[in-house]
Amino acid sequence: MRRPSSLSALRAILAKDLRVELRTLQSVPAMALFAVTTFVLFRYGLDREALSGSLAAGVLLATVLFAAILAINRLFVAEREEGGFDAIRLAPVDGTALLGAKAAALVIYLLVLEVIAVPIFGLFFLDSWSGIPPLAGVLVLADLGLAATGVLISSIAANSRARDLLVPLILLPLLVPVMIAAAGASQDLLAAGGPSYGGVAKWLAVLAFYDMTFAAVGFAVYDYLLED
Amino acid sequence: MADAAALKRPAAPESAPAATEAVELRGLWRAFGDRAALRDLTISVPAGSTLAVLGPNGAGKTTLLRMLATLLRPTVGQVSVLGCPLPRDAWRARGRIGLLGHEPLLYRDLTGAENLRFQGRLYGLPGEGRERIAQLLERVRMSRRADELVRNLSAGMVQRIAVCRALLHEPELLLLDEPRSHLDPEAASLVEPLLGREPGRTRVLVTHDVDAGLAEADLVLALRAGGSVAYAGHASGLSAGDARAIYGGAP
Repeated sequence: MRRPSSLSALRAILAKDLRVELRTLQSVPAMALFAVTTFVLFRYGLDREALSGSLAAGVLLATVLFAAILAINRLFVAEREEGGFDAIRLAPVDGTALLGAKAAALVIYLLVLEVIAVPIFGLFFLDSWSGIPPLAGVLVLADLGLAATGVLISSIAANSRARDLLVPLILLPLLVPVMIAAAGASQDLLAAGGPSYGGVAKWLAVLAFYDMTFAAVGFAVYDYLLED
Repeated sequence: MADAAALKRPAAPESAPAATEAVELRGLWRAFGDRAALRDLTISVPAGSTLAVLGPNGAGKTTLLRMLATLLRPTVGQVSVLGCPLPRDAWRARGRIGLLGHEPLLYRDLTGAENLRFQGRLYGLPGEGRERIAQLLERVRMSRRADELVRNLSAGMVQRIAVCRALLHEPELLLLDEPRSHLDPEAASLVEPLLGREPGRTRVLVTHDVDAGLAEADLVLALRAGGSVAYAGHASGLSAGDARAIYGGAP
């Protein structure tokens, strides 16, 4: 028997998770339905036919954030309820492979969500779609931040009976920097009259720094977190 | 049907130390909060032998198996598995241990074959272990049902797939917790040869079947409720009557 590389183990776990999601449709459809429902509520709650700037950015990012919580809560359900944690820990693989696979799965779920939700957001709220293409970069960096932080908190909370409460309670404060930076970048891109790029680079740098910090923390502590 | 000899044993990892004692416990305690589950356990299990662990519910048998599987840390004392001190060198032992416990460790939304191929990838088996998976499934007569979701299989069928999972990587140390649970007599007769003695395989067998445990074992560890040791030694030194008395709370 040869010890599989971390990348090989990561791919195996990710492929397993995507196969299960495709088969059960437990996370992504719920996230998409939540996002669309939230847009409808904002549409009529705000009583505005068009949004721009910080308000548009806030509506979009808050919706994505809360939809992400749905998936984050479910990330480790199978590992906890069906013995996946034990099966993976018995194998000769690094715990970081599990961390990386779950983060990659969450990023994929979020990207699929955004492919569905952003056009609907545009239809509901935007006069001009010119800010949407550059918004993709902001969303990808925000997704990486959500995934890096969400996987850590989800695995910590996985063995708690109160995990549905613990995840948002711990995670949302940690995600405030992501929201500030992503909203800062997005409000310029969704400004009335078309996107402006003056302050975007600064906020993208903040997002990238946040992503790298939490990814590094995760890889440093994850093996320890998996132990009893 | 595949022959047992045809199931090739993969080579041990290069970094794996050789051990004459497959399991060594010295003054082992394990507590959950302020409740001790295991108290002052000391026993050595030579490589290639079988240890039966007997005791009533709450005696710490499953806790002991999980510690040997590197899934739980000792609170006090020393544990060495396959020559690897735990928890420090748990990574060296992982991949050389097979665990068949109360939970099948199978994903319900994957098929039996998908679960086994996933395990094959985690253990770095060539070709995801497809050849060996096919042989094992044939041995437990699950080839025809291997492409059904685990959630749709009966408990006995799930247990047969779990046996394949535990044996897939040809473990040197096999940890068995009531391995015949959920199995009807025919299914039990299929899995027993697979779980039996093999050269180079050490077994730790948790069972409530005192007669079968004493018959299969070289060594016996009998635990009282609360996790203290009632007997630890050769199987020949403990009668079936004395073993049963431990279940009734006798000293």
